Amino acid sequence: MPGEYHFTHKHVLGLADFSVADINLVLQTAESFKEISTRSIKKVPTLRGKTVINLFFEPSTRTRLSFEVAAKRMSADTFNISSSSSSTTKGETLIDTARNLTAMKPDCIIIRHSRSGSARLLADNIDASVINAGDGTHEHPSQGLLDLMTVKEAKGKIAGLKIAIIGDIAHSRVAHSNIIGFSKMGAQVVVGGPATLIPPGIEEMGATVSRNVIDAVDGADVVMALRIQQERQQDPLFPSLREYAGFYGVSPKVVDAAAPDAIIMHPGPINRGVELDPRVADGSRSVILEQVTNGVAVRMALIYLIMGGN
Amino acid sequence: MTASTDVILLRGGRVIDPVNGVDGVCDLLLADGRIKAVAPSGTIADLPAETKVYELAGKLVCPGFIDMHVHLREPGEEYKETIETGSRAAAAGGFTAVACMPNTKPVNDNLAVTSLILAKAALAGLARVYPVGAISKTSQGESLAEFGEMRQAGVVAVTDDGLPVNNSQLMRRALEYAGSHGLLVISHAEEMALSRNGVMNDGALATRLGLRGIPGAAEEIMVYRDLALAGYTKRPIHIAHVSTRESVSLIRRAKEKGIRVTAETAPHYFTLTEEAVDNYNTRAKMNPPLRTADDVAAICAGLHDGTLDAIATDHAPHSELEKEVEFDLAANGIIGLETAVPLALALVRQGKIDIGRLVELMSVNPAHILGVVGGSLAEGGVADVTVIDPEKKFVFKEEDIHSKSKNSPFLGSQLQGKAVLTIMGGRVTYGDGI
Repeated sequence: MPGEYHFTHKHVLGLADFSVADINLVLQTAESFKEISTRSIKKVPTLRGKTVINLFFEPSTRTRLSFEVAAKRMSADTFNISSSSSSTTKGETLIDTARNLTAMKPDCIIIRHSRSGSARLLADNIDASVINAGDGTHEHPSQGLLDLMTVKEAKGKIAGLKIAIIGDIAHSRVAHSNIIGFSKMGAQVVVGGPATLIPPGIEEMGATVSRNVIDAVDGADVVMALRIQQERQQDPLFPSLREYAGFYGVSPKVVDAAAPDAIIMHPGPINRGVELDPRVADGSRSVILEQVTNGVAVRMALIYLIMGGN
Repeated sequence: MTASTDVILLRGGRVIDPVNGVDGVCDLLLADGRIKAVAPSGTIADLPAETKVYELAGKLVCPGFIDMHVHLREPGEEYKETIETGSRAAAAGGFTAVACMPNTKPVNDNLAVTSLILAKAALAGLARVYPVGAISKTSQGESLAEFGEMRQAGVVAVTDDGLPVNNSQLMRRALEYAGSHGLLVISHAEEMALSRNGVMNDGALATRLGLRGIPGAAEEIMVYRDLALAGYTKRPIHIAHVSTRESVSLIRRAKEKGIRVTAETAPHYFTLTEEAVDNYNTRAKMNPPLRTADDVAAICAGLHDGTLDAIATDHAPHSELEKEVEFDLAANGIIGLETAVPLALALVRQGKIDIGRLVELMSVNPAHILGVVGGSLAEGGVADVTVIDPEKKFVFKEEDIHSKSKNSPFLGSQLQGKAVLTIMGGRVTYGDGI
């Protein structure tokens, strides 16, 4: 890359906005921060006096906690606003909420929302930095980055790997960020699942499509299963969880088709026995808990970088 | 509408009157709300002293444009538009008449609402306003609204626009019963099981944005159903806001088979593609959604070859309250009255249609389809005239909009061609620097 590289993003709305250099910097920064979580005193003063608000319009325990832990380990003051207590139930619009929050001078807002594009809408109407912690079925960039970090740790590289993502690609913001992130970093991404869960034009995001799970995972270095959201059952996407598990669940037999040293990932929470066989989830190749650990490090890196650390 | 005693001479413009085979420089004399004379320029003599003369060299003089698909929001949502502000926007956009859809609050499914609309329109006096009644009571799709009484009160057509008539038997009966009252049925073609919760065209862009798509098939299935019902009942049907290639081709084949179908499209469907909604631009959110370049090409071909009969704007005012929100939650629709003329003229400049065809699409055919006055500059006819400066360039700016709402994806766009003088019933309803 010509000239000196600088991380210039004010917001983290999606990996579509990130360059390879941006992703590399986040991963390097996260790797250096990971050690903090292993100390007996897990706190550094880096972001003392900064205000981070978790604005969660969808129920989430894991992601919200991960961001909160990340901010607190860097000594930022954190506040949580969840949908049950937010003003939106009183008819306040997202833009009103944004303007009110702006008046309180936060430095960073972390937003999770059920509507695609809501993180951008917030970013367009607020002075603070915005991190998208999942917007509808659009993107979940911090999850994509922690998955990249986990693969890089396990495999020593990302370029040239085959990543198989199995399941509900259509409604998964995790899948979207991962397809964008892994293909940007030079991996080959193959998605597999029933045709009802493969959205049109997913190839344009960088994935190749395989209708058959065994074909999708054939020789893969990484097998990632996605959560089936049971509430989607009202839209006739597949006949039953039973049939889904049988044809599209990641079972030991499916894993056998992957490379001998393939790792197993899942963004959580897992529907055990549906998209992921418990023997696989808890098996020796599973890096699911490592993903959670890396989530804190990646989120520390993101908060740090957008607040001007570089 | 009160007859005016003004005498107006429109001198030296290029008169385009396809019905009467006129395309040339002529003078037009208007008096008592009627067209008194059309003659070679300079030949009309003995003008009364009070004659107001407009020098129109270089301008296009057309029969008044008729927008057969607008939403005026009154009664019920006067914060978005009123019959008066909508009529003013119509006049400013070069329209002398509009047909307003029944999805007001309450729905125009009865003579009381129809009468209110007509009374307010007469009070405003800026455009002929033709109310369109609902097909079903409160547009719920369950039982027929009172077509007979609404017809007596003044509706020109019926539709549940904004919603499809899901029940095919009800649609069949609507076609049959409308025939008994001389009413046209307008179809909002949408298969809701396919479109439900969708917010934009289905495809790669929807996938990238994480937005739920509406496949073209949602429109085409219903277009086909309504063509089949029109053929079966031998009744005319008008298909509103056609947006896809396959809809155009279904209508083309139906016409070849002798089915009595007419159809309209809107300027946005021949101007924009789904790319306009990128970055979650709610100002380009509408139903049916903006489609692909391939669909745009087919719409243009349909306008040229006669498959599509009319350009109608589907003028759909919404306030910032409905548009400055998450894309999923934003209301569908854009205002269109004040951008239709330049957008249609762009097709003429691109060679996709000629100017005579444009006048057919925006005046002659809407008049015939709705069975209303206008569409012609014949002597003795109503003095509804639209004068266009085809060269005038302007940036479409919020402060210049006459509509109460500003929800347009064309804000900030450089446009060319503009109505500069609008005359309805012999009275000037809009004049811009003339």
